[in-house]
Amino acid sequence: MATEASRQPVSWFRGFYAAGVVPWIGRGLVLLLFVWLGVNLVKTPGDFGILLVEGVTLGLVYGLIALGYSLVYGILELINFAHGDVFMLGSWMALYIGVQKIGLDENSSGVTIVWGLGLTLLCCMAFCGLLNASIERVAYRPLRNAPRLAPLITAIGMSFILQDVGLNRLGPAPVSLPNILPTSTVFTIGGNAYGWDHLIVALSALPVLAVLVWLVQRTRRGRGMRATAQDQEAAAMMGINVNGTIWFTFLIAGALAGVAGLLYALYSTNIQFDQGFTLGLIAFTSAVLGGIGNLPGAVLGAIIIGLIQQFNEGLSWHAPGSDWTQSIVFAILILILVFRPEGLLGERTPEGG
Amino acid sequence: MTQDTGKVVDEIRDPWYHRWAGLPREWRRRYGELDDRQRFQVGIAWRSLLVIALIVGIDWPLGVFVGVIFAINYALPRVPERWSKYNRFVIPTLVAIAALTYPLYVANLGSMKLLGDYPALGTMVIMGVYSMMAVGLNIVVGYAGLLDLGYVAFYAMGAYTAAWFASVQFAHRNFHFGAVGVGTNTPGIHVSIWLLLILAGLLTLIVGVVIGLPTLRLRGDYLAIVTLGFGEILPQVARNGDNLGGFNLTNGPNGITPIDPPGFGNVNFLSGSGTFWTSERLYFWGVFVLVAITIFCSLRLRDSRLGRAWIAIREDETAAAAMGVPLMRTKTWAYATGAFFGGVAGAYFASFKQSTFPNDFSFNISAFILSMVILGGMGNVWGVVFGACFLAFLNQQGLADIGHSINNTFGTTLDVPKYQFGIYGLIIVVTMLLRPEGLIPSQRRKAEFHEGVADTPLYDVQA
Repeated sequence: MATEASRQPVSWFRGFYAAGVVPWIGRGLVLLLFVWLGVNLVKTPGDFGILLVEGVTLGLVYGLIALGYSLVYGILELINFAHGDVFMLGSWMALYIGVQKIGLDENSSGVTIVWGLGLTLLCCMAFCGLLNASIERVAYRPLRNAPRLAPLITAIGMSFILQDVGLNRLGPAPVSLPNILPTSTVFTIGGNAYGWDHLIVALSALPVLAVLVWLVQRTRRGRGMRATAQDQEAAAMMGINVNGTIWFTFLIAGALAGVAGLLYALYSTNIQFDQGFTLGLIAFTSAVLGGIGNLPGAVLGAIIIGLIQQFNEGLSWHAPGSDWTQSIVFAILILILVFRPEGLLGERTPEGG
Repeated sequence: MTQDTGKVVDEIRDPWYHRWAGLPREWRRRYGELDDRQRFQVGIAWRSLLVIALIVGIDWPLGVFVGVIFAINYALPRVPERWSKYNRFVIPTLVAIAALTYPLYVANLGSMKLLGDYPALGTMVIMGVYSMMAVGLNIVVGYAGLLDLGYVAFYAMGAYTAAWFASVQFAHRNFHFGAVGVGTNTPGIHVSIWLLLILAGLLTLIVGVVIGLPTLRLRGDYLAIVTLGFGEILPQVARNGDNLGGFNLTNGPNGITPIDPPGFGNVNFLSGSGTFWTSERLYFWGVFVLVAITIFCSLRLRDSRLGRAWIAIREDETAAAAMGVPLMRTKTWAYATGAFFGGVAGAYFASFKQSTFPNDFSFNISAFILSMVILGGMGNVWGVVFGACFLAFLNQQGLADIGHSINNTFGTTLDVPKYQFGIYGLIIVVTMLLRPEGLIPSQRRKAEFHEGVADTPLYDVQA
């Protein structure tokens, strides 16, 4: 037997992993990142401060999308490719209801803005939630017992269909929304203003996250979700309606995407039919960074990604700039999957995912 | 699988639409109950219907051709044993002859109902290029079962290889080697496209290995995302590559153009020679040869030791590893081989279009090629080639013509090409739901999808 085994050549990269070199490369990269941040902090503390706050704001919006990926992955181990496009249609819904139907704009009075945005929020959540849940019903449930690749492929197909709907609703060019939220300054850091609109967006994300945590941790439904995520068969034997729970999870994930769609529309005041693809991938990266299936991890990962994006686009010393944002996010995704596939807060599984 | 328990519950809570939604499943169940002789009859019946539908609905030469192929397929098992060893060459030879002579009779074909004109030669070249890419992707997705969503990266790599070594991009160098139709004083590197096809394949293969090594350890869906990431990074590098530390590598969003045409002796493919050897015909025959080589390699690889290892990994990774299949090496080879063909196709396509732009390489192309593989039938080379030709034809001219037909018939003003990616998405979803093995399936893949070889839960939780 020994000769049989020795005949199998050990590939060089296997030895590379075994020697423990890989973690040190990872630590070296993180160290470099911090050195770069430190130098920038010393050189331009004002810029650094505002980018920190803006990064957290953006990260909270990303976090809402990332949670959708994480929820679905946790329960079905499926990357819901269509999620980003559900988010995009949420933005479209915000445009359609908020701007075109209710007619919110810069000059609306405070009361109008409050009830108008509340109504828009409800519409976005209901629309995206039901859309996501029906996608589950139509495209994923019939394939529950098929090979793993099958639902992933239908997810891509659904993403295409939704993106095409968005293209036909929004047109190929970016659509800009009026500044519904007040843009006046809350505070300035080193001469850089932070507007009320961004603060409101950041603060609106927090109660949504709180409600989600309550829902998953404290309610009967939430317990069913966690049980189904752990073991579908055992959950079914304990009397949990597995399909109903999965449907509900998609509904919640879709509603989160709806909130994110509205908040993103308010935040960037610019929406586009392919934002779902780009931001969906960024959000997915965040979910992986935090440890996919782990809800606090998704938010943490999203905030880190938001910070990295803002720092990359805003800092002046050796920052690659916005041309490279997407490449950097994907490079992070790849590095995370290579160096720490379980993410920051996730648990290591035997399959390396 | 304890399907009985599931069925009882299903009957109790059948929603009204199950009557319709469950119809394909019901048909499949009934079909499963037939014996071999009855299945044979059903097969003949629906094939005849298809041929009649093609003759009446589309155009008679197409219908007759398909009918002849079906007929030969039925006749082949009855060939005397003395000659039956040549059976497997009959249909490919027939299709090859029809394709090779296509430029000579295309002008006399007229147009089809609904689908508009028969594919023009330019469209045929693009169909051929996409066939190569789809066959290459089929090695990764169909044989080895690794979902690759960044195949466009290999196409881009191939296209840029052709662009670097056969254009005026690096004008400060002046190097000529075997290029046809380029003056010897033209600045830049000009190498014969035929050599570049191989070089592009090899460079792309290296890129494939570099992408594959860190990521192939990961499980299927992670691999999909990582490949998608690479598929986005490479075009972005191309877009920003006009100033990489002051060096203009890719000429940025303006792309690299013109790229030299391929050629032999004094004849280059761009200007052609005389009335017979026109440019389009030369490009078409060129791509035909490349597709033939690709299909040949793909088939031989499938039956090789490596190919059987791929299929073993696809069906059950753990069992394959236990049987001594080296997982990493086998997967990396699948990835590298798929990449090779993608690179060759990309280089030829770039030479055909005489240009390459970063915007040619969006995620949509990856998904487009993937839907070709899925529609045609994962794992079956002929199915994949059919899927590629059909979708590339639709994309190139069919959809617009269908749009005209619909608008003329119903007096509407639909802009059908605007819905093209929705249509491809729909094709992917409907194929996966109703016929996951594709239109022309490989028998083995079909069994996997219907019996669920991989990842079958011990217990059915479909309530």
